[in-house]
Amino acid sequence: MDRPTPPPSTLATKPTKVYFFGTCLVDLFFPDAGMAGMELLQAQGLEVVFPQGQSCCGQPAYNSGYRDDALTVARAQLDLFPGDLPIVVPSGSCAGMMKKHWPHLFHGEPDEAKAVQVSSRVWELTQFLVQVLNVQLTDKGEPVRITWHASCHAQREMGVVEEPKALLRQLANVELVELKREKECCGFGGTFAVRHPDISAAMVGDKLADIEQTGAKRVVSGDCGCLMNINGALEAGRKPVQGQHIAQFLKERIHG
Amino acid sequence: MADHAAQAVNFAAASKAALQDSELRGNFRRAMDGLMTKRAVQFADGQEWHRMRALAASVRLRALSKLPELLEQLETNLTRNGIQVHWAATTAEANAITLEIMRKANATLAVKGKSMVTEEMHLNAFLEDHGIEVLESDLGEYIVQLDGTMPSHIIMPAIHLNTKQIAHLFKQKIKDAASTGEDAAALTDLARRILRQKFMNAGVGMSGVNAAVAETGTLCLIENEGNGRMCTTVPPVHIAFMGLEKVVEKLEDVPPIISLLPRSATGQPITTYVNMISSPRKEGEKDGPREIHVVILDNGRSSVYADPELRDTLRCIRCGACMNHCPVYTKVGGHAYQAPYPGPIGKILVPQMEGLAKRGEMPHACTMCNACVEICPVKIPIVEIMGRLRVEAVRPGTAVKDAGAQASRTEALVWKGWAAMNSSPLAYRLATTALSTVGNAAPASLPLLKDWTNVRSKPRFAAKTLHDLARKKGIPDV
Repeated sequence: MDRPTPPPSTLATKPTKVYFFGTCLVDLFFPDAGMAGMELLQAQGLEVVFPQGQSCCGQPAYNSGYRDDALTVARAQLDLFPGDLPIVVPSGSCAGMMKKHWPHLFHGEPDEAKAVQVSSRVWELTQFLVQVLNVQLTDKGEPVRITWHASCHAQREMGVVEEPKALLRQLANVELVELKREKECCGFGGTFAVRHPDISAAMVGDKLADIEQTGAKRVVSGDCGCLMNINGALEAGRKPVQGQHIAQFLKERIHG
Repeated sequence: MADHAAQAVNFAAASKAALQDSELRGNFRRAMDGLMTKRAVQFADGQEWHRMRALAASVRLRALSKLPELLEQLETNLTRNGIQVHWAATTAEANAITLEIMRKANATLAVKGKSMVTEEMHLNAFLEDHGIEVLESDLGEYIVQLDGTMPSHIIMPAIHLNTKQIAHLFKQKIKDAASTGEDAAALTDLARRILRQKFMNAGVGMSGVNAAVAETGTLCLIENEGNGRMCTTVPPVHIAFMGLEKVVEKLEDVPPIISLLPRSATGQPITTYVNMISSPRKEGEKDGPREIHVVILDNGRSSVYADPELRDTLRCIRCGACMNHCPVYTKVGGHAYQAPYPGPIGKILVPQMEGLAKRGEMPHACTMCNACVEICPVKIPIVEIMGRLRVEAVRPGTAVKDAGAQASRTEALVWKGWAAMNSSPLAYRLATTALSTVGNAAPASLPLLKDWTNVRSKPRFAAKTLHDLARKKGIPDV
């Protein structure tokens, strides 16, 4: 059966308050990216709510074949986001899990309707910044050349392709050089990276070569899974390039 | 737990070996880059792509929705046209049927156009064991046969080799090859001369089927080299092989498929040859075989069909575009899969045909990047099916062959623990605080961490979690 990505969430009016779902990877490994994401939203005059009970969207178990465990974890998130406020997620992959896969995961469950309602309010961070808030950024940073790594799930599950690049292009002193194979996966794939480590290594190797040929100092991305993989490989290979989450990069640029 | 009679195919070892072969990686990278570019040119108009794709998908969906009736109708109309229909539940049955036809025709040589179903059957090896010579006549298949290997791609069987390697192979295996050098045209010409003679002498010609039309009893076959038409017209007997899902309802259902297939596969708007085969040679006709047989193979397809979610696997029109776009396939190549169908479609089809005991790892050899789903001309939800097969692999008792073959009590416990940690705010807080505090002390030599740190630095837990930072900053909780 076709399970197309639901159409992007729509909002009649610009909200004054949003929920933030930080994701488990950001929580443990990239908390500064999470904070930056919330600060970008606050800078637009929004009140940001971070429910302390949140943990994970359930994707690791879902993709590993353990759907019951994924359901347990996803279910634990549902009551944390009452009402109809948008839920902003600093990850295309976790947002995709919530938006595209939760309705399927909860299909036939007693709380299906609630899950679908929560799912329908999910936005990927850059998608929200551009489509809903129409943010205008002023660059206060030094001139720098960067490249953009697009996450597979942001592109293909959330339909987020141009939004992050549009934000980066607003920055006057930032030269964005696109990758030759922007659409190609970096080889993370969750448990894939350790289940098929050799293939994953070859994939991230190709990604690094692509990043290096741009001559960029930084590789910016919207997904911390990719960043963990790419940064880990950049560091192990002692490359003079660093990966950074787009929220953190944008925050640094507008603060100078 | 499922019976573990079937030995698991070691994909990891084969892929590791492939990754170390830099010439192979270069060959695939170059070829797949070229194919992706050519395909993109064909679908430069996004609206046209969506329109064509929706049409082709609807043709396949409609055919599958009435598959049993259409197969009956196909048999009736093929028979009426003088084409003999043979049903094979298994590859062994299909092989036996083929041998029987060859024996009746007193044929000791068969020429074959491209057919992936015969790869499923391992037909060449079977017939050779019975003293029958089979010659592959598609240039790529011919090369692979000379080399004693198997196709590495369903459309371009020898795509793993470059011209230099092919020239070397010809020199080793063919007497007259000394003069051809590394010139692709000269090599092709040499193969053509050899094949021409064989076409004349073969008692049987074999082919695949791209679509079988139920309402007219027509077999449609597309190809670029003319070898398909030679195989289906020159020898006195033609045997066509098809999976039972290849049926379409109407003649008008063929154009959407044959215009999307080559565009997706090789970036051609149409193949050089489009063969519509509707009967053997009739009274007064000057060419064509005197007998045509169709072998319709099940080989697990009806079980796939029985499950409404897995059924979408059978929409496939075998264009191979999913391989061209798969970041795993383009790294390891086709042979690493050790299966008739490699790449994304192989990862969902082969485990269902051969069982999860043997093929349980195939659905895991995927990052779920969805590149294949994005370009599939008939919109197969490949990654959804991949996810479903991962469930079946650890859950005994479902319809998929050898379901539960990868069930592991340890793994199940780990996920239970993970779920407990992530479904209780208190447990989550305790666990994440512990990880932030002492997690970085974990040695890089730990089993899974070691696989990660082979080419990457160890992931570092932040000193404070986002939960901590948000609390400290006074970000409201409700």
